[in-house]
Amino acid sequence: MEKIYDVIIIGAGPAGLSAGLYAARGKMSTLILEKEKVGGQIVTTEEVANYPGSEADATGPSLVARMIEQCNEFGAIIEKDTINGVKLEGRIKELVGAKATYRAKTVIVASGASPRLMNVPGEKEFTGKGVSYCATCDADFFTDLEVFVIGGGDSAVEEAIHLTKFARKVTIVHRRDELRAAKSIQEKAFKHKKIDFMWDTTVKEIKGDGIVESVIFENVKTNEITEFHADEEDGTVGVFVFVGYIPQTSLVKELLETDRVGYLITDDNMKTKISGVFAAGDCRVKSLRQVVTAVSDGAIAAIQAEKYIVDAFEE
Amino acid sequence: MLELTKVNFESEVLKSEGLVLVDFWSDGCEPCKALMPDILDLKEQYGEKIKFSKLNTTKARRLAIKERVLGLPTVCIYKDGIKVDEVTKDDAIKDKIEEMIKKHM
Repeated sequence: MEKIYDVIIIGAGPAGLSAGLYAARGKMSTLILEKEKVGGQIVTTEEVANYPGSEADATGPSLVARMIEQCNEFGAIIEKDTINGVKLEGRIKELVGAKATYRAKTVIVASGASPRLMNVPGEKEFTGKGVSYCATCDADFFTDLEVFVIGGGDSAVEEAIHLTKFARKVTIVHRRDELRAAKSIQEKAFKHKKIDFMWDTTVKEIKGDGIVESVIFENVKTNEITEFHADEEDGTVGVFVFVGYIPQTSLVKELLETDRVGYLITDDNMKTKISGVFAAGDCRVKSLRQVVTAVSDGAIAAIQAEKYIVDAFEE
Repeated sequence: MLELTKVNFESEVLKSEGLVLVDFWSDGCEPCKALMPDILDLKEQYGEKIKFSKLNTTKARRLAIKERVLGLPTVCIYKDGIKVDEVTKDDAIKDKIEEMIKKHM
């Protein structure tokens, strides 16, 4: 029979890696499963200035690399596999992956969230053709070109500032008349010579021939429509979209409790309604989704998993 | 895997007969690095029938844009020098790349 792990963690972002570190340090046999890229969303960002104690020049990837190192040091195993089905009700939980089936006494769901789409014509068609959700991946294509950043939260404004290192001009397009981002980030953006703003504005359509060539905007107050055409010499323009996130919980949302949007509901100890099943990080209902809260969730979930195993299996 | 540059791209891809797979990646693109082992797996399996190659776009930005690649990761297939298919971003995963390879073999 296959090995029965003490803890299996779904997702290797900061929440999952923190859970892995705490579980492995607690001498539990620990497997972390990741379907895509280890590190989660944070690896798509260049600057991590709000994580206490992080190095001055910490980047998403550098922070994650250190987390992985720590997990490995204590013996947590990280595997790449996509989980397609779960059986969580029993005493032994079963996860059916594309490569193998895994069994464990406890499961920590740390599957995170993914960028929300604008859902406008042209967005899908031009993804990778000028429309991007990942500044670290795609910023340098827009060296000396113009880009639009859609959104007004922390991610949007931070990435807009990052993009100024490459782009000739960055315009933040926001559907309201003020930003939602932290004040210190806002100040930096307002002062920046390369950053411009379009208030009360949404994207209506993205057009082009193979790559983005024009963007149609709508002013939500006046309903005025404007079309921005890429400079002829440039040939293209970038559209970076940061308009929020959606939870990646489709795997478990039928089995566990969620809010209206699909975020998993837990108690303060990360427990879901199924015993032995925990949730941690961005996939969970919470007021702040940051690395600092993700790693906190992960630590609590791992400690609670350990407690549960002692109670349920070692009596 | 064959390393492409702006110097050899024309001879190795655009003037190359048969099928060439090009993996567009860059230093800053973590999803690209996560995908790389999968590309190498596919090369093991299909490398005899398709030429596998990769291009670091950091050093060949204009070339990538000319090839209509403006986002990473992007994996393209060229047949006799003409781009015939590609997958990008969320679609640039092993299964879909393999599907694309099979379609053109």
